[in-house]
Amino acid sequence: MNSSVGDTSAGTNTATKPGDPTAVGSASVKDAQLEGMSRSFAFTTRLDDIIAWGRKNSLWPMPYGTACCGIELMSVMGPRYDLARFGAEVVRFSPRQADLLLVAGTITEKMAPILVHIYQQMLDPKYVISMGACASSGGFYRAYHVLQGIDKVVPVDVYVPGCPPTPEAVLDGVMALQRMIATHQPRPWKDNWKAPDYAKLG
Amino acid sequence: MQSLDNLKKELSSFAKPATFSRYKFSESLGHGVLELPKEDIVPVLRFLRETGKFDFLMDVCGVHYPEREQAFDVVYHLFSSKTCQRLRIKVALREGEEIDSVTPFWKGANWFERETFDMYGIRFRGHPNMSKLLTHHQFVGHPLRKDYDADAQQHCDSALPLHFEPDPNRVEDGRSLVPLNIGPSHPATHGTLRVMVELDGEKVHRANVELGYLHRCFEKMAETHPYNQVIPYTDRLNYCSAPLNNVAYCKTVERLLGVEVPPKAQAMRIILSELARVIDHIVCIGANAVDLGALTTFFHLFTYREKVYSLFEKLCGARLTVALTRIGGMAQDAPPGWFEDVMRTVKEIRQGIDELDTLLTGNKIWIQRTQGVGGISAEDAIAWGYTGPCLRAAGVSLDLRKAQPYYFYDQLDFDVPIGSTGDVYDRYLVRVAEMRESLKIIEQVCKNVPEGDYTIRDKGIVLPEKKDVYGNIEGLMNHFMLIVKGLRPPVGDIYDATEGANGELGFYLVSDGSGRPYRLHCRPPCFAIYQSFSQQITGGLVADVISVLGSMNLIAGELDR
Repeated sequence: MNSSVGDTSAGTNTATKPGDPTAVGSASVKDAQLEGMSRSFAFTTRLDDIIAWGRKNSLWPMPYGTACCGIELMSVMGPRYDLARFGAEVVRFSPRQADLLLVAGTITEKMAPILVHIYQQMLDPKYVISMGACASSGGFYRAYHVLQGIDKVVPVDVYVPGCPPTPEAVLDGVMALQRMIATHQPRPWKDNWKAPDYAKLG
Repeated sequence: MQSLDNLKKELSSFAKPATFSRYKFSESLGHGVLELPKEDIVPVLRFLRETGKFDFLMDVCGVHYPEREQAFDVVYHLFSSKTCQRLRIKVALREGEEIDSVTPFWKGANWFERETFDMYGIRFRGHPNMSKLLTHHQFVGHPLRKDYDADAQQHCDSALPLHFEPDPNRVEDGRSLVPLNIGPSHPATHGTLRVMVELDGEKVHRANVELGYLHRCFEKMAETHPYNQVIPYTDRLNYCSAPLNNVAYCKTVERLLGVEVPPKAQAMRIILSELARVIDHIVCIGANAVDLGALTTFFHLFTYREKVYSLFEKLCGARLTVALTRIGGMAQDAPPGWFEDVMRTVKEIRQGIDELDTLLTGNKIWIQRTQGVGGISAEDAIAWGYTGPCLRAAGVSLDLRKAQPYYFYDQLDFDVPIGSTGDVYDRYLVRVAEMRESLKIIEQVCKNVPEGDYTIRDKGIVLPEKKDVYGNIEGLMNHFMLIVKGLRPPVGDIYDATEGANGELGFYLVSDGSGRPYRLHCRPPCFAIYQSFSQQITGGLVADVISVLGSMNLIAGELDR
């Protein structure tokens, strides 16, 4: 993240005297003041960077575990792999409280409308990780009742391959998403997303 | 077969001579087979049940033969827990013909008949709710018919609205009942189960369940893949204990082929199966406790599940879906030192189970949430088709490892724990005790692993080793022939069952002599158990719905297939 000293557009500054009008946002910051700032806990950054930093380290996943991948997702949350280390341990089963939809498992045609409904209920900014072959493409279920990839109905940010993926792969997927958030990667698939027209699905 | 002759005699005195002449008795690989005209299915099944000859209706399924004039078979599998005999009853039907439902006296047939209707369009007259079960409500056609393409998807644009099965006993007395939808996206419904209840205050007035949210067409996929390629699909039936499914499927095909796997493969299969049973019970107890608010148990138990994953990983590279069995044996031998690793892990797991015991067994909150909740009588449990821990918790000592021992289970020393009331607490106790017994079994087998090969070496069944494929022309040719032609069991059908983690895991396989199963039906244990769920929760508190749901160990992969 960007934390160059001198750009004081953001935030808290504990080194300034109270009531000093020249302290924040002024071009005439004195060297001594800067010196004092650098020795304190204060730092400066761009607002959207610090927000992205906060977002990437406090993802609240909604685990949408439907099948085998759901069991591996339990391992990801469990003691050995511990997703908490990446700031994503607050598992929410209410889409209103989550910002990361973790689809782990096969989504059938019967389930697809419910998945869309859940996605629509989530608040922006929201992210989707597709865990495993089934969620990503239908996997080896090229079958009459299986949706051939959730990206037919919801926008996907990260695809994690595997059947099921190892917990390491899922962690890698979460870290990839964190990089995307930190670097403000454009997400046209999400911005241009419209609720699916089922009649036109392939 | 002695019992088949007896059956013949008794049925001849029971049935009218004119129709009895149309009964066909035969024997197929140790099971009696009886072909009946469709009018007689209800009287004969009622007779067999009421005279106590067969107490379990294990399975009902359909088979489609488009080239036959009577294009459909409805196949019933009966089981007697007293004599351990099995009987297969087949009824042939023409397109559009109806058959009488056996639900009036055998309630466990309910969902099996509905599934048969959904998959084949065979209607059962007198069924309380003849509607779709697995496919979505906008689905047109019957997918397991041979003329339905395996990959012909039909999209669904809405969720089925809240509804209840017809309830003739409902009294409209002006009470305001509150409908409540639980799932399929709900923390306690494990992703894919949907329960609809109508509440009278805190009490459940009536309930209905909807399933099929994970119906991923296992049976159709099996018909479109060679025998060995079906194994990874079986992994994903009960994905909490994948090796058990592999073993059950391979054992079925091997019996039809008439081969027996070598002792070493049997030993490895027993070890894998019992490890799978332990980790399955771990997930069941862990998830049941999480749903009731006890997160610690889950985290604690998962440590031991991870240890078993490490064993699987060392054995074959995969953690969850191991697919290590092949028809004829195992895919490869265990690496050096693996059995010692297993012994070490078993010791650790035993300690973990003791700790679980201290955490939950005497825990006041746990006891209050589970004792006296969801109890079922032995009689009811049998009528619904319960098997496995849920049946044993109700006091019925039926375990196929003892009742119909396969491999060398009969030489091993282990007990079958049973409960008395069949409530959630008893189910928990039975599962804990079963984990201990499984560990006992693993230790006994690990101490005396038989020497020898890990697979049979029949060229028509098992692929040659890679060194032969690349090293000599004969190996190359055998490999080529088996890949191109596939392994081909003889024409015939077979039902074979093993003791899965949830109960009787059966496969009904019909072979037409080609390289792919003509029909493969899986009898999933939790399917039969779950159909009693609506009745189990009716009249109870809404909070207990979650408690009962968790104790049934519903694994959507095998429930919906």
